[in-house]
Amino acid sequence: MKRDIILAGVGGQGILTIATIIGTAALNRGMNLKQAEVHGMSQRGGDVQSHLRLSDEPIWSDLISLGGADMILSVEPMEALRYLPYLKKDGWIITNSNPFKNIAVYPPEEDIYDEIRKIDNHVLLDADAIAKDIKASRSMNIVVLGAAIKYLGFSAQEMETAIKSIFERKGEQIVEANLRALQAGISATLM
Amino acid sequence: MDAMMLLGDEALAQGALDAGISGFYAYPGTPSTEIMEYAQRVKQAEGIHRTWSSNEKTAMESAIGMSYAGKRTMAIMKHVGLNVAADPFMNSAFTGANGGLIVTVADDPSMHSSQNEQDSRFYGKFAMIPILEPSNQQECYDMAFYGFELSEKYHVPVMLRLTTRLAHSRAGVIRRKPFPQNPLKKPDDLFQFMLLPAIARKKYQHLIDIQADFVAESANTPFNSFNLTAKDHTKGIICTGLAYNYLNEVFQGKEIPYPVIKICQYPLPIEQIRGIYDACDSLLILEEGMPFVEDQLKGLSFKGSKPIHGRLDGTIPRAGELNPNKVTQAVNMPDTYGSEVPVIVAGRPPALCVGCPHSDSYLALNEAIKEYGRGHVFSDIGCYSLGFMPPYNAINSCVDMGASITMAKGAADSGLYPAIAVIGDSTFSHSGLTGLLDCIFDQSNVVIVILDNSTTGMTGGQDYTAFGKLESICLGLGVEKEHIRSFVPFKKNYAEMIQIYKEEIAYKGVSVVIPRRECVQILKRKNKMEVQA
Repeated sequence: MKRDIILAGVGGQGILTIATIIGTAALNRGMNLKQAEVHGMSQRGGDVQSHLRLSDEPIWSDLISLGGADMILSVEPMEALRYLPYLKKDGWIITNSNPFKNIAVYPPEEDIYDEIRKIDNHVLLDADAIAKDIKASRSMNIVVLGAAIKYLGFSAQEMETAIKSIFERKGEQIVEANLRALQAGISATLM
Repeated sequence: MDAMMLLGDEALAQGALDAGISGFYAYPGTPSTEIMEYAQRVKQAEGIHRTWSSNEKTAMESAIGMSYAGKRTMAIMKHVGLNVAADPFMNSAFTGANGGLIVTVADDPSMHSSQNEQDSRFYGKFAMIPILEPSNQQECYDMAFYGFELSEKYHVPVMLRLTTRLAHSRAGVIRRKPFPQNPLKKPDDLFQFMLLPAIARKKYQHLIDIQADFVAESANTPFNSFNLTAKDHTKGIICTGLAYNYLNEVFQGKEIPYPVIKICQYPLPIEQIRGIYDACDSLLILEEGMPFVEDQLKGLSFKGSKPIHGRLDGTIPRAGELNPNKVTQAVNMPDTYGSEVPVIVAGRPPALCVGCPHSDSYLALNEAIKEYGRGHVFSDIGCYSLGFMPPYNAINSCVDMGASITMAKGAADSGLYPAIAVIGDSTFSHSGLTGLLDCIFDQSNVVIVILDNSTTGMTGGQDYTAFGKLESICLGLGVEKEHIRSFVPFKKNYAEMIQIYKEEIAYKGVSVVIPRRECVQILKRKNKMEVQA
């Protein structure tokens, strides 16, 4: 298996946590992995992305090619669109629909959703609302991950194992909240 | 041993620890910061030196001193930090090393978080020392061992050059059995670090004499590879560092039809390069950064005039980092592209955080100097550079660490009034003190605003050496006590803040104004930690 994933969002929204969970699941399977991150100035409320590459074969480049991504996994709808040049023709966009508005002029949400709907393979869900419903409002990013897993090629159980090992040191409550968020994301895509 | 998932920066730090390093010396700077942060985090580094230095120059000099004492050590900085450390760096090539000395410099092609994209390999060549340029995380780890050995074998400092993509990308790294630290051991030759002219001349001659040895090392190193067996000789390819990965990515790990040389250690192994030049009809040079290798090849007196392609002729764009698509095009393979970014997508540049103390300091400053119009505020390198962006539009310069104070001085010397410098507390600690001393000496008519958020903010919140001492430093340098003013930058204090700014602008001489409130990111982190505890 080989998966090239662009993770997108705004600095501080938790895309690196998603990368760590998927990465851990991939390592548990014995896959190779490379993950390019953004540190520094852009983290101050700017757009951020991470290139996550998983493969059974050796991986050379730290960056994904334009037109080479299997998936854009985004925690913010406009940020999902920013990386369209990377998406393969048959690639998937999985994104939170709730905008993060920290700029003077944010485009109308409906226009953004229309652009996302132009991509054949898309999942658009209000991950913030879902996370709030299940009393895990800080796990919005994990809801988005849950919505993505059937397209990622991992089982729910593999992600649960990864979540448990990563959040273990933060205590039972945080593990449980994230497991609920994962399940809620999975359920959202079954409807 | 299981692979550890490490950033390139972290792999290098782990390699240095396992290779028996006794001290890391650094000032924070993207993309190099995580090397020291890793050393500060891991238990294995307990007892070795791992606190931040005032700036890259003091870091470099301390590392030379540790090398003098026979220990393995590393000075770490971002590319522009090497400009600050250039004096000790260049001279360290003459003094040479006793204990292994690695100068790690992380370049930032494409300027993700920097004011330029200078390529440190030019400095390495300028200093005439070996340069290592890892192509992946495992090489970052392995090159720490190798670099110390090379440094101790020839008694020279070795440069290790990283670039952003490797520094900030994670992959599996296999560790080796750790070495113990070197024992304390003074140099055998007590003239070694004495660069008086008569000795320095001998040192220079020695450095010249061992250049051929460095070239031989580059020909035999495990980090360079020479594959000249490929069939298609219409093109030969020379890749440096990360470029080697992109080339293999483009060919999907399949055999590359052209002869390929991989360079991760310099000086250039010139005979091997002559070999590929003679065997092929043309050369393509792929390198992350400036056309360092390409420039050298074009300057060599190779026979004939075969085409050499790269950044200089536009085969690869002249500026900016490499990526798989640029390399795909350079080797004439079919390129891919997704779809265009929809026009409605708006830019989202970095911005001051909500609640940032700097935003209040700037808004009040704008109000205080309204009557003079724009163009009076010199600023510096840090989060507060974002005060350039709307809605603040508060600053007019950002050049190098410490330049706010000295540029304001120069402008004031020319008669510009008011001349205001805005500098962060950590930047002041790094390079502001000497500029302030110049202002005092001349009684320049400047207002120096030291934005004190009690941390090195832009790089994620590191300690700095002048913490808690700003007033006493200014007083000690000679600023008059009544012209060292401080306030807490909050909206509710605007009237007081504006008043203080205005009074100090009115004063004809050196004033220091210190808005003091902790960085909101650090505050958030602290609060979180208290909840968890």
